[in-house]
Amino acid sequence: MDPVELRELVPHAIRVLVRRGADFATAEDAVQEALVKALAWGDSPPEDPTAWVVTVAWRSFLDQARSTSARRDREARYDARPPAGDVPSTDDSLQLHFLCASPALTPSSAVALTLRAVGGLTTRQIAEAYLVPEATMAQRISRAKRTIATAGVERPGDVRTVMRVLYLIFNEGYSGDVDLAAEAIRLTRQLADLADDPEVHGLLALMLLHHARRASRTDEHGAIVPLVAQDRSRWDTERIAEGVAILQAALGRDQLGEYQAQAAIAALHADAVRVEDTDWVQIVEWYDELLRFADTPITRLNRAVAVGQADGPRAGLAALAEVPDDVPRWTAVAAHLHERDGDLALAARLYAEAADRATNQAERDHQLRQAARVNQRLSAG
Amino acid sequence: MAKYLLLKHYRGGPTPICDLPIDEWAPGEFDDHVRFMGEFAARLQASGEFVDAQALAPTGTFVRSGDDGAPIVDGPFAETKDLIAGWMVIDVDTEARAHELAAELSSAPGPGGEPIHEWLEVRPFLSGPPEHGGDDHTACLTAD
Repeated sequence: MDPVELRELVPHAIRVLVRRGADFATAEDAVQEALVKALAWGDSPPEDPTAWVVTVAWRSFLDQARSTSARRDREARYDARPPAGDVPSTDDSLQLHFLCASPALTPSSAVALTLRAVGGLTTRQIAEAYLVPEATMAQRISRAKRTIATAGVERPGDVRTVMRVLYLIFNEGYSGDVDLAAEAIRLTRQLADLADDPEVHGLLALMLLHHARRASRTDEHGAIVPLVAQDRSRWDTERIAEGVAILQAALGRDQLGEYQAQAAIAALHADAVRVEDTDWVQIVEWYDELLRFADTPITRLNRAVAVGQADGPRAGLAALAEVPDDVPRWTAVAAHLHERDGDLALAARLYAEAADRATNQAERDHQLRQAARVNQRLSAG
Repeated sequence: MAKYLLLKHYRGGPTPICDLPIDEWAPGEFDDHVRFMGEFAARLQASGEFVDAQALAPTGTFVRSGDDGAPIVDGPFAETKDLIAGWMVIDVDTEARAHELAAELSSAPGPGGEPIHEWLEVRPFLSGPPEHGGDDHTACLTAD
């Protein structure tokens, strides 16, 4: 059975168990147990996988309820219930999303719980993706469930908090055997079907447009390839077309928000056949729109790059001067603008400093290569 | 989430607050110290923030390749300037949380059952490549 189809059964089964009266935390554990058993199906799944998962999860739930002596009365009550005929509604699906993105949870807990309960991943897959021991991830998830059992029911999330969680998952990228970016896109698609909000469509478009350029972003050794040097023939044109269509439909509803504005910027990049065709003036305009919704130093830093392209490096440096210099990548942007402005000695120094300040290895290596390149230009005179 | 290394130095950090060498503590004091470390690790396990904890033997050797590629060994050295005793790796939401946990670990009991306020070095891990990066556009030119 396709692993994604199997994952889709997980939130469904949780909702069925909760409908039958199970508490969320125990239901979620029971379904996880059934999921781990289902992974052993291999190429010969049962005739009705949904019914199988629900039945096995329900049995596991009853076992867990039975092992807690205090729950004896409830157990009798559950056993008496007819086991079938439960169809969760759209509303249930949305509630499950909201519960897992409760603002009572820390971002990392909300991410882990969403991936397990809504995404249908196993604890081990999530642990591998985030490079922590499986026991740590298991604890993080049970803690998250304890938190929402006490605080989350009164403080469920909403579409905004769910979008933030999905965007965090998307940005985590790829390690272990699950592609988290693809997983985030799948869940955002679901959310877009459940919640009629143009911002969710904006987020989906943004993810598709970024994801479409993934293959060209790094070379075969994992080194960063800057936009200017990317092989645009490797961009996924089908994904770009889908992202642009979703964005246009969302923008047509005239309720602009930060995700739609970011997607518009990504679309303008995706739209340029060659890097010199990029419409930087319009990109700056979209950054100005974006500032209305998300006036953050990072947005202003990005805007300074765009201004540098649209109006020249001096204008870019002027825009950069208004951004606090402790923002990640500030030094990298300064280095780039000074290089274009012809101050190679300063640029080389700033690239080296940007390498020291990088928070990931690929970016550090990239900035070191830039520093080496500029130093070579300097010594060649 | 970000990973941090909490590095425990026997030598090489700022001047220690507790200057009584550990081998001069009372046996019970030493046991309490070790128990505290174990309980701290268990608390991290339970909070879902634990990644790794290791202790190192105090003496090590320096190794490099020779002209023929074979290892050339220097040492062992027992009296290096900087002596790393061990580490913990944590996975936490914020740098502030990493500092909070480091402070908690630093308050392990020593002589007289008093916290030793040991200096711990906190180092962020360089993460893997940002797949897309919320700040993707920065990078239009620099990295994308």
